[in-house]
Amino acid sequence: MLLTNLEQVPGKKIVQHFGLVQGNTIRAKHVGKDFLAGLKNIFGGELGAYTELLAESRQEATDRMIQQAISMGANAIVNVRYSTSSVAQGAAELYAYGTAVKVDL
Amino acid sequence: MEIIVLLILLATGYFFGQRAEKKHFKSIIEREKAHLHFPVVTMRTPPAIAQHELNAELVAGNAVISIDFFKKFVASLKMLFGGRVTQYESLLDRARREALLRMKEQAALKNAFVVMNARVETASISKNSKRRNSVGAIEVLAYGTAISLGKKIQR
Repeated sequence: MLLTNLEQVPGKKIVQHFGLVQGNTIRAKHVGKDFLAGLKNIFGGELGAYTELLAESRQEATDRMIQQAISMGANAIVNVRYSTSSVAQGAAELYAYGTAVKVDL
Repeated sequence: MEIIVLLILLATGYFFGQRAEKKHFKSIIEREKAHLHFPVVTMRTPPAIAQHELNAELVAGNAVISIDFFKKFVASLKMLFGGRVTQYESLLDRARREALLRMKEQAALKNAFVVMNARVETASISKNSKRRNSVGAIEVLAYGTAISLGKKIQR
C-alpha cells in the first residue's frame, strides 16, 4: 500500500478512483501515566509517554484506513490528511483520511 | 502554608523548566544544523527527474511538550494585561521544531532527498480538568511525503 499526501503518486498513473477512505481511533489517557504527566507539568519538558501514545494511536487510525482501502481493491491512498480533536475531557480523537486509488505498478 | 507550597512549585518550575528548555533548544539547534541540507517544502508537485523513477512515502513526526509551572503562572498573569505571551511562544516553537526534526530524521532514514507537501498541525492537550481552557501541554504533528530516487529508467 502506497501512502502519500501529494495529489498523485510520482511516476505512476492513477487508473481508478475509489473515493474517500478513513480511519479513526479515540484514546483516553491512562491514569498512571496521567499522574506522571501531572508531575511533568510542574517541571516542563517533553511528555514522552504521550508522544508515544499519540503516535501509536495515529498509526492505528492509519491502519484502519489502509484496511478499508484494501477491501475496496485499491493499492494506494493519495492526499492523506491527519486531524486531531478532543471530544471529551481527557480523550482525543485521531483521524486519518484520504482518497483510495489504483495505480499502474 | 499555601503560599509556601506555591513558592516551592514556582521555584522548582523555574529552575527545572529553564534548564530543560535550554537543553532542548541546544539539541534542536544542533540537529537542525545537521539537517540543514535537507529541504522540506510545502509544494505539491513532485520534481520532474527524467533519469530516475521516484518513490513516495508518508513520513510523520510528533512531539508533546509541556509547559512548566513557573511559565504557566507568569503567562496567567500576562493574560490580565494582554500583549505578547512569550512563555507560550517558546513552548510552541520548541514543539514545532522538534516535530519537524523528527519528520526530517525519519525521511533521511528512508534515503529521501526532499519532503513535499509538509503540513504542521497543533493540538492542545488540556491537563487540568477543573480549568477548561488552560494550556498544559501541546502536541504538534508534522507530516509530509518523502521523495527518494528509485531505479534508473532505461532508454
